[in-house]
Amino acid sequence: MNNAVKQPQTVLVLGGTSDIGRAIVSALVSPALRQVILAVRHPGEVDVDSMTFGNADIVAVAFDAKDVSSHEALVADLADRFGDLDVVVQAFGQLGAAGLDDPVAAAELAQVNYVGAVSTGLAVAGRLRAQGHGTLVVLSSVAGVRTRASNFVYGSTKAGQDAFATGLGHALHGSGAKVMTVRPGFVRSAMTTGLDDAPFAVDPADVAEAVARGLRRGSAVVWAPGVLKIVFGLLRYAPDMVWRKLDR
Amino acid sequence: MRTRQQELTGWGRTAPSNATVVDLDERELDARTLRDWSSDRGVIARGMGRAYGDPAQNGGGTVVRLAPGPIVLDPASATVTVGAGVGLDELMRHIVPRGFFVPVSPGTRFVTIGGAIASDIHGKNHHADGSFGSHVESFTLMLADGVRQAVTPMSDPDLWWATVGGMGLTGIITEATVRLLPIETSRCKVLTERVPNLDALLERMTAGDHLHRYSVAWVDMVSTGSALGRSVLTQGDHADYDELVAEHPRAGDDPLAFHPPQLPPVPPGVPNVLSRLAVRSFNELWYRRAPRARWSIETITGFFHPLDMIGHWNRLYGRAGFIQYQLVVPFEAVDTLRSIVETVALSGNASFLAVLKRFGPESGGMLSFPTPGWTLTLDLPAGVDGLGGLIADLDRRVLDAGGRHYLAKDATATPEIIRGGYPRLDEWLAVRRRVDPSGVWMSDQARRLDLY
Repeated sequence: MNNAVKQPQTVLVLGGTSDIGRAIVSALVSPALRQVILAVRHPGEVDVDSMTFGNADIVAVAFDAKDVSSHEALVADLADRFGDLDVVVQAFGQLGAAGLDDPVAAAELAQVNYVGAVSTGLAVAGRLRAQGHGTLVVLSSVAGVRTRASNFVYGSTKAGQDAFATGLGHALHGSGAKVMTVRPGFVRSAMTTGLDDAPFAVDPADVAEAVARGLRRGSAVVWAPGVLKIVFGLLRYAPDMVWRKLDR
Repeated sequence: MRTRQQELTGWGRTAPSNATVVDLDERELDARTLRDWSSDRGVIARGMGRAYGDPAQNGGGTVVRLAPGPIVLDPASATVTVGAGVGLDELMRHIVPRGFFVPVSPGTRFVTIGGAIASDIHGKNHHADGSFGSHVESFTLMLADGVRQAVTPMSDPDLWWATVGGMGLTGIITEATVRLLPIETSRCKVLTERVPNLDALLERMTAGDHLHRYSVAWVDMVSTGSALGRSVLTQGDHADYDELVAEHPRAGDDPLAFHPPQLPPVPPGVPNVLSRLAVRSFNELWYRRAPRARWSIETITGFFHPLDMIGHWNRLYGRAGFIQYQLVVPFEAVDTLRSIVETVALSGNASFLAVLKRFGPESGGMLSFPTPGWTLTLDLPAGVDGLGGLIADLDRRVLDAGGRHYLAKDATATPEIIRGGYPRLDEWLAVRRRVDPSGVWMSDQARRLDLY
């Protein structure tokens, strides 16, 4: 249960190796935080003993975003073991290769980023409704706001995930469960290693701070950095020719 | 019986959760209805929703609200037997014109008898009369197996003292018999004094509290330096007939008149108007207009429940709501008390109308809050960044000084903080497990604080 200053007791990160996911947990550390669950593909490879999130207990559990039939059972099992899930971060996702040339890889990316988000999103929503409270934090991306030639497959998966998340938020209205959709710009993280910074680039900690603030305020959508809300508000209406020029 | 899904919060309007809310008459409550609601999320009783945090909400589970039951006054023994869903407002409208007053009144009339017992509430007379539970002769408790049990302090002392102050986690109180205070008039004779700072206030209260049944100070939590903790101290007693007519000759025609005034309520959707500037200006005005020292005759509402005149005053804090932080520290922990007042005054948080009071002896409730010492109550707007850090800091100082926090106000504590403040917690847990082994009674607060 969140306390009155919106500090969670239990946080689940789906995609627990994600830099942003872990930074969000760090930003949510408080005396109230008791349990951090990192759901990852290979729990044995996560050294929970070397991590600290305040005084919280940390566990790593097995999770495969592509194994959609396992998601509901996983969430039910975690709720049994750890009680109410106050904040669940949907942090898994891949950047993938840009691609006109590899339909199979593109479909795989869609499987993880979109299909996995839909499946885990509904499984988590079911649990949050049953407990009457809790927030699903969905890490979307500005790449989905308007897709561009250089990463349109990734962008399209994020557009789908984003549309699903905001719609899920509406569907859950009044149930006590909430969805917060996060739209970061370029984030310097493991996922973007080797890429040049885009304008308005931020670090995972910046995204995490924006997420923590959004949770305190009960925001439905958070942009990181906040200025991107205005930038993309305009870019959405830029003529196609201009939009293609802006793409690197 | 009426059932619906509803998002609930406490009076502070923080941390909402959705529950199945059941409104029903006390007679409809039986083993079968209880079984119908039973899920792994449990059941909790809710009165008028005036607890500030989450003790009367139960996300995903059932929240039961009892309709007001009968009020049976026995003037000869000065007791009243009353349904647990009856509010103090309704009770006072019945008993005050007949020459009786509730033994303990908190800062609002909008609490139920059931809530008053479950929170073991206190008022301005705690130093003289103790808490509400000390004035209850018996109550009926619906237990987890659906059986109603009449309980007195003699019949089952453990269950009694686990239920008084037990936050509804031992069962649903359905009815209680409460000892009343005979009164000659519905007014109070009140001494109002301006006190320039905290040290002068503590001295004044220590020296003078025993002369009055009621005593409380309203502390300005915005001033610093030599004006740190400047206050308005009010001390009073029920006015007898002669005292009333000496001041208001015409009031002698109807000395027990009780007509609480009602101003228009605060509409929904107002933003937080209690900014630091607004609070600072208000506090200045309120301190300046208080007399240096003056006796006056006050109404029950004016003296006990001024905020009740404004419906939904909690909306003044806007969408983010507020926290009411109430602590008690032993009398000797004056330095801790002063450091807390100073920290809050310097923190930039706008705490409106803090209240300071001296507590008398404990009632015996295992989780009852009042214990001898200074109790300070602060209102803090909840939407402020950094508030969590401030509260954690205050929590630690309160525990280090041997103090504790009030569960009916709590909205931010951790299991460790409650364990640190309540040495009889394990004793209470043992009774809870005896009467409710499967955890039928459950609230968001119970889950948050491991009270099961």
